[in-house]
Amino acid sequence: MAYGASEAHDDHHTPTGWKRWAYSTNHKDIGTMYLVLSVIAAIIGGCMSWYIRLELAEPGIQYITDFQFYNVLVTAHGFIMVFFVVMPALIGGFGNWIIPLMIGAPDMAFPRMNNISFWLLAAALVLLVMSALIGDGAGTGWTVYPPLSNADYHPGPSVDLGILSLHLAGASSILGAINLITTILNMRAPGMTIHRMPLFVWSILITAVLLLLAIPVLAGALTMLLTDRNFGTAFFSPGGGGDPILWQHLFWFFGHPEVYIMILPAFGIVSHVVSTFSKKPVFGYLGMAYAMSSIGVIGFVVWAHHMYTVGLDVDTRAYFIAATMVIAVPTGIKIFSWIATMWGGSIRFDTPMLWAVGFIFLFVVGGVTGVVLANSGVDLAFHDTYYVVAHFHYVLSLGAVFSIFCGFYYWIGKMTGKRYPETLGKIHFWITFVGVNILFFPQHFLGMAGMPRRIPDYPDAFAGWNYVSSIGALITAIGTVFFFYVVYRTFSSKEAVEGNQWGEGATTLEWTVPSPAPFHTHEEIPNMEGKPAE
Amino acid sequence: MSKASNKNRKTAIVLFSIVGGMVGLAFASVPLYQLFCQVTGYGGTTRVAEAPIKTAGQKLGRIITVRFDANVNSALPWLFKPLQKEMKVRVGEEVLAHYTAKNIGPDPVVGNAMFNVTPFKAGPYFNKVECFCFSEQLLKPNEEVPMPVSFFVDPEIFDNPSTKDVHTITLSYTFYRAPEDTQIEALEGKTVSTDAIKRKIKPTNNG
Repeated sequence: MAYGASEAHDDHHTPTGWKRWAYSTNHKDIGTMYLVLSVIAAIIGGCMSWYIRLELAEPGIQYITDFQFYNVLVTAHGFIMVFFVVMPALIGGFGNWIIPLMIGAPDMAFPRMNNISFWLLAAALVLLVMSALIGDGAGTGWTVYPPLSNADYHPGPSVDLGILSLHLAGASSILGAINLITTILNMRAPGMTIHRMPLFVWSILITAVLLLLAIPVLAGALTMLLTDRNFGTAFFSPGGGGDPILWQHLFWFFGHPEVYIMILPAFGIVSHVVSTFSKKPVFGYLGMAYAMSSIGVIGFVVWAHHMYTVGLDVDTRAYFIAATMVIAVPTGIKIFSWIATMWGGSIRFDTPMLWAVGFIFLFVVGGVTGVVLANSGVDLAFHDTYYVVAHFHYVLSLGAVFSIFCGFYYWIGKMTGKRYPETLGKIHFWITFVGVNILFFPQHFLGMAGMPRRIPDYPDAFAGWNYVSSIGALITAIGTVFFFYVVYRTFSSKEAVEGNQWGEGATTLEWTVPSPAPFHTHEEIPNMEGKPAE
Repeated sequence: MSKASNKNRKTAIVLFSIVGGMVGLAFASVPLYQLFCQVTGYGGTTRVAEAPIKTAGQKLGRIITVRFDANVNSALPWLFKPLQKEMKVRVGEEVLAHYTAKNIGPDPVVGNAMFNVTPFKAGPYFNKVECFCFSEQLLKPNEEVPMPVSFFVDPEIFDNPSTKDVHTITLSYTFYRAPEDTQIEALEGKTVSTDAIKRKIKPTNNG
């Protein structure tokens, strides 16, 4: 793919048919494929979670009689949602689609590498589903702790397939991250200095750096696990001088930054939407950018707060408590800056804004329970209970997923040139908002009462709130089906949208190109000299 | 190639080398972690000492209870148990305790003992002078051998504010089947013998 405007004419043919997609080097087409992959994975992962909730609706065993299969469902649900839904949608999907548009670049820095990033991920998804379907499946939880994940307790190929899948997904993420960083560092429009980049670009840049530093550690740990399982090494087996706790350190050194990888792009999207629909520039732009940076940095030094129960000494735990709580400071800066952006603004509650405000509310709830769990003393009681499940679903299933819907409604006009049905979009929001809160809020009560996670049965005492929670899952399922109806109505809509459908609040560069965004954009690089940030 | 794509290539090379560096760090963490455990007594890793430290003072007379725990991994057909359930020992004094192990399987087998102490924070103060766990042990079918361990508890355990509440230390061993290459070497009579407490293998914590 040519880079500069002078060379662009080489590439002006528009490929058609399956070659357009399979061989694609176009950031918009690849972004679209990421979004489609994310939707497909979300259906698979979502069906798994609804099946889990169906089993948990009543005490006793109703549907899932094979407990290993229950563990397999829980594991595959976690992997799929993290690696094949949230990351492809936010980083591969919106990142690919929007970043070049926002910084005034004609495409990504390495368009062919972009293609292989996507197809590696598609292959990884196939491998992961295979790992769940072959043999006994991988019932290890997404944390894959040995000894449960070693050859004694998971013989057979399932865990190996899962490891291979994560290797491919990791390679895909690393290549994608290198592409995004290079694009953002080298290909911004003249005049768009680092301190004038839109916040979504900031968020993707920081996310990509986190990926670059965290994923290789996971890859190393997975390789050790693979050789432990198949080639007689003993990295994690005490019999040969290893230590299973080492796995936990390595996994969480990756795993904690991973949760910020999932939420930082969400911060970026929400900043734009809040600013657009308040018709004000974002409050405290630099503070917002550096809050994300410091979340990224601190995210690397708090990993052991996932491991309070392994027997860390009291000083170590005191450090990890303090470091973890420090993250609440930049996060608080972001929350208050969003509120300050809305303050005194001319607010319009269109569908994207509803999702953004919903995100802020749900993320605050999840953040508060996070601060509770940061306390080692409290965590000793809450570890592996539904309180933890409620906490991370509030920040991810509700937080990150709300931001995906937010981005969908915000940018779908730009991507397709068609207007989504406003009223239906609002109905979709309210069904989902009510559904997920009924689904996940009672899980706090269950966790505080001591209900453990990853177990398909429970005592009668937990029956009430589990039933409520499962009703919430049903409402969420209805909301999801409704979303596909909204998508259908959007694509069959006759109503075209103009280049900037949101009016004066939408100031970033993607709104300067026509809708739908043509196959090639920014062939004449826009000049941003003297333009304000955002 | 334009100037711009040259610049992109340079950036990508830097980024790829960061990835390579992080993979290297992940693997470097294995020996570093082992070293860290030995230096800090992390995870209840005990110390190896030549002889008790002769420190005078009132703390020398203090008594601490040491309990003994024995486990065998299911892949090893051995019976393994301590001959005493617990001992009251004076800190700073070298003490000898005994375990016994018997091979109830049909074949000669080499076992490897992994160990730690609980509470983990007592690890740095628990010193072993000699231990059957320092070397691999070969047992013939039906052979039963005593397994001695001599140790002392560092009196400084009562000086550290975070460990002075420790009145009981549990010393725990788990015997594992040694790796197959060791088994073969042993049967050829090359390296290990039942009474050798000479070849000191690297002690590791078993978490």
